[in-house]
Amino acid sequence: MKRELLMLLAFGVAIAAIPLVVRSDFLITLTTMALYSALLGISWNILGGFGGQYSFGHAVFFGMGAYVDAVAQVRFGLNAWTVLPLAVCGGALVGLLIGALVFRYGLKGSYFALVTLAFAEVFRVLANTFDFTGAGVGMMIPLKPGTDQFQFTGQSGYLWAVLAMVMVGLLASLWLKHSRFGAQLVAVRENEDAARALGVDVFRVKLGAIALSGALMAAGGFFYMQKFNYIDPPLGFGATVSVEALLVAIVGGIGSVFGPVVGAFVLAALSQITTLLIGKDPALSVALYGVILVLMVAFLPSGLTGLGEKLFRRGAGER
Amino acid sequence: MLRVEHLSKAFGGLLAVDDVSLQVPKGGITALIGPNGAGKTTCFALISGFTPVDSGRVKFDGRDVTGTPPHRLCRLGMVRTFQVVQPFAGQTVLENVAVGSHLHRARRADALAHAREVAIRVGLGADLEKRAASLPIARRKRLELARALAVEPKLLLLDEVLAGLNPTEIDEMIPVIQSIRESGVTILMIEHVMQAVVRLAEYVWVLNHGALIARGRPSEVVVDPAVIEAYLGKRAASTYRAQVAGGEI
Repeated sequence: MKRELLMLLAFGVAIAAIPLVVRSDFLITLTTMALYSALLGISWNILGGFGGQYSFGHAVFFGMGAYVDAVAQVRFGLNAWTVLPLAVCGGALVGLLIGALVFRYGLKGSYFALVTLAFAEVFRVLANTFDFTGAGVGMMIPLKPGTDQFQFTGQSGYLWAVLAMVMVGLLASLWLKHSRFGAQLVAVRENEDAARALGVDVFRVKLGAIALSGALMAAGGFFYMQKFNYIDPPLGFGATVSVEALLVAIVGGIGSVFGPVVGAFVLAALSQITTLLIGKDPALSVALYGVILVLMVAFLPSGLTGLGEKLFRRGAGER
Repeated sequence: MLRVEHLSKAFGGLLAVDDVSLQVPKGGITALIGPNGAGKTTCFALISGFTPVDSGRVKFDGRDVTGTPPHRLCRLGMVRTFQVVQPFAGQTVLENVAVGSHLHRARRADALAHAREVAIRVGLGADLEKRAASLPIARRKRLELARALAVEPKLLLLDEVLAGLNPTEIDEMIPVIQSIRESGVTILMIEHVMQAVVRLAEYVWVLNHGALIARGRPSEVVVDPAVIEAYLGKRAASTYRAQVAGGEI
């Protein structure tokens, strides 16, 4: 635990120092976006990795965070910093709502995946319908540069902001690894009946996990909104974000604390390389993600961190 | 400690448990035996809240707990093991047991320390850091037992903890179960291994086709004609009786 906290601190300091050392805006933005996708992966990993509930519709929480932010600022004139906790709570609430419905009826595995996907679609259609949420046009928040508006003038501000969110996510994951709630969550993943027999309130544990996961994902949506100032239904509730969240976690290593960070940085580097080699084409990156996902699931189900651990153990002479 | 009254459960047209009433007194070991398909495991599932009952009542420690979900029964002090072991396969032995220890311990360090103690008590001291999936069946049965013990139950429901073990392993397991009884835990066990039932249990209930057909001390039950018939079938039983009468056995 202490060693992991130190690692976490070292990671935080090293990343936070990047804008102080590096002058390249390109590199800072690249790091920022990698951290942002790490945040999505960390969120997915809490429910999917620790809890074994594979969501295919994590965009529902992401879109919730983004839309709460947009609506609160545009329709109610609230300050972005005030909206942040609201957006996070919004994500957690949607998590509780979906969880209460889905877990009450014991939906698991592919059923759970499909239902989460359906929920994301429902929210997309709703956002597409009501003028309140800008309907099909989407919503834009007014450009008001300034730290007090959570709209930073330089790229480094965004890096530090999303880094803070990632650190919170990593702390939450570490807490899961070393707490009763986390142990019960993993027990539910491994064998629900056995967990129930040992006194674990399976329903409550799953609800806690989906609320926590939803809160972090909504923070990701909030960040996206502040960074790009624009959201529309497919961006907020579409499949792209859902896939990004689960891909980052699966590539990095399901159920490991630092896995999503590793996955996010590797994927960010990879997509830069392919852009350099083949040119920028959004369809290409989606195809690439598909190929990576198939390869990972087929050959490296424990992800890159799992591979690292295996190599480390072999190096240490164990089997 | 446990009082079951007129318990019934049907699956479709099959009456799996038919008006079963039984008592388990505090302290000691009570056994529930019967041939394959007699409804023993269903009986356990009803008592432990895993399967909803059709009719009848389950009273535990003086309170009506019919239909109480398993995790709440566990808090009240009743825990079960599974006939087909259900380990948290990817977790280590210590982590497996700690899930049970966490019931009464919020702090991770306390739970792990307690889990270590319990695992050592059932003879898993050498396997603490091994993954549950890598254990042979005899060790997994012990793990099943350790996890249940870790919740510090008053009543332990053991579903065939000796099934699948060889005679040596059974001999090693029996003292473990005896030591659990001596620590003050009441045990209700489903068991197939008659030798173990005779050595361990003070009182036996016999189930066949979902209904109780006999009860009594182990030495009485094993010579009960109805029980012999249930296990051996009518013809074999009458041959056996003839042989006993003829002085051949």
